[in-house]
Amino acid sequence: MPKDSRTQDVIFEARDLHISARREDGAEVPIVKGVNFTVRRGEVVALIGESGSGKTTISLAALGYTKPGLEFTGGQALLLGEDVTGKTTDQLRPVRGESVAYLAQSAAATFNPSIKINEQVTEAPVLHGTKTQGEANEKALALYRALELPNPESIGARYPHQVSGGQLQRLMAAMALCGDPDLLVLDEPTTALDVTTQIEVLKAFKRVIKEEGAAAIYVTHDLAVVAQIADHIVVLYNGEVKEAGPTDVIINRPRHPYTKRLMAAIQPLPEPGQGNIALDEHLRDDPAIEVRDVDAGYGMGVGGQPAVKILRDINIKIERGQTMGIIGESGCGKSTLARVIAGLLPACEGELLLDGQPLPPALADRTRDQLRRVQFVYQMADTALNPRQYIRYILGRPVEFYTGLRGKKRRKRVEELLELVELPASFADRFPHELSGGQKQRVNLARALAAEPEVVLCDEVTSALDTIVGANVIDLLTRLQKETGVSFVFISHDLSTVASFADEIVVLYAGRVAEQGPTDMVLAAPHHPYTRLLISSVPEPRMGWLEEAAQTRAARSGIAGGVEMTEVGCPFFERCPLAIPGTCDKVDPPRLDDGHGHVIECHRELSELE
Amino acid sequence: MLSLILRRLGIGLITVLAVSIIIFFGTKILPGDAAQIRLGQEATEANVAAMRERLGLDQPVPMQYLNWLGDFMTGDLGTSLASDVPIVNLISDRYKNTVIVSALTALIAVPVSLLLGIMAAMFPGSIYDRILTFVSVSLVAAPEFFTATLLVLIFVFALGWGNAVVVGSIEGKGFFELIAHFALPVTTLGFVIASQLIRMSRAAVLNVMNSPYIEMAILKGVPKKRIIFRHALLNAIGPIVNVIALNLAYLVTGVIVVEIYFGYPGLATLIVQAVQTRDFVLIQGLGMIFCLTYVILMLIADIAAFASNPRLRHPK
Amino acid sequence: MSNPSNTEHFVAPFEEGVAFEELQDAPPRTGYRPSLTGWIGIAVVTFWAVIALAGPWLAPYGENALPFPDAYEEFQVPQAGAPLGTDVADRDILSRIMYGAGRTIGISLAATLLAYTLGVVLGIGAAVSGPKVDMVMSRINDAFLSLPTIMLGLVVVAAIGSSIPVLIATAGLIYATVVFRLARAIGMEIMVMDFVEAAKARGEGRWWIITREIWPNARMPLITDFGLRLIYVILFTSSLSFLGLGVQPPQADWGSMVRENLGALQYGQSIVPVLAPALSIATLTVAINLIVDDVSAHGGGRLSGRM
Repeated sequence: MPKDSRTQDVIFEARDLHISARREDGAEVPIVKGVNFTVRRGEVVALIGESGSGKTTISLAALGYTKPGLEFTGGQALLLGEDVTGKTTDQLRPVRGESVAYLAQSAAATFNPSIKINEQVTEAPVLHGTKTQGEANEKALALYRALELPNPESIGARYPHQVSGGQLQRLMAAMALCGDPDLLVLDEPTTALDVTTQIEVLKAFKRVIKEEGAAAIYVTHDLAVVAQIADHIVVLYNGEVKEAGPTDVIINRPRHPYTKRLMAAIQPLPEPGQGNIALDEHLRDDPAIEVRDVDAGYGMGVGGQPAVKILRDINIKIERGQTMGIIGESGCGKSTLARVIAGLLPACEGELLLDGQPLPPALADRTRDQLRRVQFVYQMADTALNPRQYIRYILGRPVEFYTGLRGKKRRKRVEELLELVELPASFADRFPHELSGGQKQRVNLARALAAEPEVVLCDEVTSALDTIVGANVIDLLTRLQKETGVSFVFISHDLSTVASFADEIVVLYAGRVAEQGPTDMVLAAPHHPYTRLLISSVPEPRMGWLEEAAQTRAARSGIAGGVEMTEVGCPFFERCPLAIPGTCDKVDPPRLDDGHGHVIECHRELSELE
Repeated sequence: MLSLILRRLGIGLITVLAVSIIIFFGTKILPGDAAQIRLGQEATEANVAAMRERLGLDQPVPMQYLNWLGDFMTGDLGTSLASDVPIVNLISDRYKNTVIVSALTALIAVPVSLLLGIMAAMFPGSIYDRILTFVSVSLVAAPEFFTATLLVLIFVFALGWGNAVVVGSIEGKGFFELIAHFALPVTTLGFVIASQLIRMSRAAVLNVMNSPYIEMAILKGVPKKRIIFRHALLNAIGPIVNVIALNLAYLVTGVIVVEIYFGYPGLATLIVQAVQTRDFVLIQGLGMIFCLTYVILMLIADIAAFASNPRLRHPK
Repeated sequence: MSNPSNTEHFVAPFEEGVAFEELQDAPPRTGYRPSLTGWIGIAVVTFWAVIALAGPWLAPYGENALPFPDAYEEFQVPQAGAPLGTDVADRDILSRIMYGAGRTIGISLAATLLAYTLGVVLGIGAAVSGPKVDMVMSRINDAFLSLPTIMLGLVVVAAIGSSIPVLIATAGLIYATVVFRLARAIGMEIMVMDFVEAAKARGEGRWWIITREIWPNARMPLITDFGLRLIYVILFTSSLSFLGLGVQPPQADWGSMVRENLGALQYGQSIVPVLAPALSIATLTVAINLIVDDVSAHGGGRLSGRM
């Protein structure tokens, strides 16, 4: 492949590209069905679609690669004018890592655990003979600096497990860019990251792509991210292009119904004043669940305390018929909190009240009726539903167990439950693996409803689902609440999802409540510096947001090396722009209450935080 | 890492103690009295009592165990009940013979089968891989004496080379005679452990070859040789060493059947004799030797598994 | 066919009102279909199963009968009346193989069943019991596992002598340790699944969790392993018999037949008396292994083709 093609305008072109899977019985299953698009120099083209749309498969075709089991069955993938679909691995070797480089979703899995980072970053250009080891090292160092990695001189001497996830993701970008490729293929490179980390990584990617003058194919399911980084969008569904065009056209004036549905499924942060209104008819004096001064953790430590404390001083009230959203980044303790309420992890301090009555911390001490009233819904329906049980049994057992219905009545109740979650009654005779992801999640939900509970704890129930499917589940939850008056505790890392239907929000950081209050108030007037950082990090599906956000964000709140739990003091101290050294890191933050249910844990005065 | 290894060594030590208890008390429940067996049926009560005292059999059983363990550690394995000869004398030559045949097997079979296994992993699904897999699946499930019989059929009956029985000792034999001496037992044992080793090393490498980082190396245009030797093997070394140790441990038991089959003058015939004559002092000694070797090899296997983990080698 | 320029807005033709179903990303699972080697294995195992059951009725002579009582000579070559020749005591080898089939397979099957009953009950029990019970059980098991099986067998036989019940009990107990470890590992793996936790959170009892949540999921991997374990038990019991410490003469058993007739090799008379029983064991165990290998065939290593 001619390397002097720097002048060439069209970097990559897919022409009527077809890719099929070969089943074990020899039958051909088309995955990509005649896709056309072009990537020009200096341009970022986004491939957007849901799982099964073929977006990753198409992006890999730019490297002349198909996953094992797949094969090119027609059309062309032209990289710098040459078709890579018919080439042998040996012919492709000099092209890969040189003309075209790949960034995968999980850097943790794509770095070889036994080889130091620098060797992996510089490997491709050195092996291809386009750079000496010295030149490659220099290039790598420049990239580490450009990507704002800490200790750029020494980070390359580490092993992959010795750096954080956000750093590794940027190191993978350095690995891809080290050989000065004409085309970058990025496959969901920020999906696995926390939102406050994602924005930093996105910023770094965007700048480096521009500086290096490379073209890029950016694969993602997230339209808001695409709006920040892409010049051109290709919308894929079931291996076909449904719509393609410049970013502003697709974002602002989508024409194809599928694109419209994708756009509609995005839950923007609601404007203040449009929050959900409490359902008064269900309001009673006692909250459905009250959590008082709860501490919890894992392992056996000294004096009956857990070895690792995850939660500290948690105080929340979940009102009847309302939804409490719990938000925070990975490791903040939000799932732990749900498990404490469910009794799966007994709290070591504090107490729980169910409808004003004490609720024993441990599962074993709760009565069957108490168990019935609080139900837990797991994130992954795949592991939450026993693969060897029929749906009829999965739903029928809790019906019988809690309500004592048997035989015909039980059968009828199962059908009602399926209807409640908008599934056909015939699904009762299927196994979980015969259902799609969204359908399984509905069954998962129906199992909790079978108990006729008062409180349902939903742990990231939409996180593993595609955008549209997840949005439908949220609609279902809203409808169920109206019909049954159940209270939801909705746990998510995704602020927009939570904000779209929670009445109240609790923001957790490193096991502590940073801020809590009615959704409206928290969104309109976030007080805690972490809440502000979080809200400002949620990408909005409009162009130019990234640049604005980068300017408004406070300087110190960059990428966390990993959220640290602290024994005393405010855990956000290290990242906080308003931190008071000597106080914030030494004394636990006090609870500030504005008298309207809006609570902030901070050493600063409320007036200082507004 | 170090603490993990020390922990594992500690467990190894406890295992050895447990093994010694099992062997000692396992043989203790044998009907009959060592003193009586040594002296024969005609011995007088007084003689037997004197012998009991001399052997320490009048002491409480836990005491006997401690004495026995202490003697074992100082290299005193006691005296055979059947032949009244110190067990150390009885086994020294045979021990050497068994070690020679095992070591020869390991030296030849380990490198060859690793090479074959890794090559099979490089070309999975190829004709070479399929034949190798079929042969090793077959051999791994066949008893040692079947493999031995096949070899005898080919070399002794069909080709007329040598003898189905190992004759004489190695002293005074020339090079070719030595080859003839060891050929059948070593080849049989070699086939038996090679079939395991090929399958397991192939699986170890294949397991690594499915990793996303190998796919990344492919997508970086890394040459095949480098993918295998730098990216894959580096991560497969730990599992492979583990596999080798496990198979050498298996060799320890495989050698018993093969020695009996070819009449090879190793420890095996002694063991079978000891069991048949109920010479439990001899069984205790031999049992401890075999079990110790086995436990040490398992220990190496586990430590190799630790060492293969880069997270343990280079902590944060 | 040329591509639209990037400034153009391409919209695929569509019909209003068409729903966009959620796409399935995982292909449906397919059931087990034996490959050629799998079929070979099934055929051979079936053959031996028939012989094991009907051997004594199909055999031309009795277990210890002499086909040529008037012409006593050890290791007679195959001939009419004794298609596999005669053994060290001039008995018909074919008949002894047919009698031995039931004994060898029966002993091993009984021992494996014993090992499985003990191992699965204790292993799943350890997995669902608390960490303390589990640790005690696992430590004891590890001590036994760290001994070479043949040595353990030898010590037991030395202690209480050899008979078929002893052989079954010894092999069963020794291999129960391996099954224990496997069943415990499988049980542990299932125990941490969310659906088990969901059942616990519902308030289900331990027995219900074992029988309804764990067992249905542990069944398949355990059954696959049963074949493998059966192979090792056959090899173990035959090796003990071969060493003269298992089934005792004059009872026919494949392992002890090899041992009895080793003399035939020594003087180069005939290989059939040794080969026939050895081959019988090998065909049986290899056939089982072919099935096991076929069932658990892994799609691994497919990346190698892309290097």
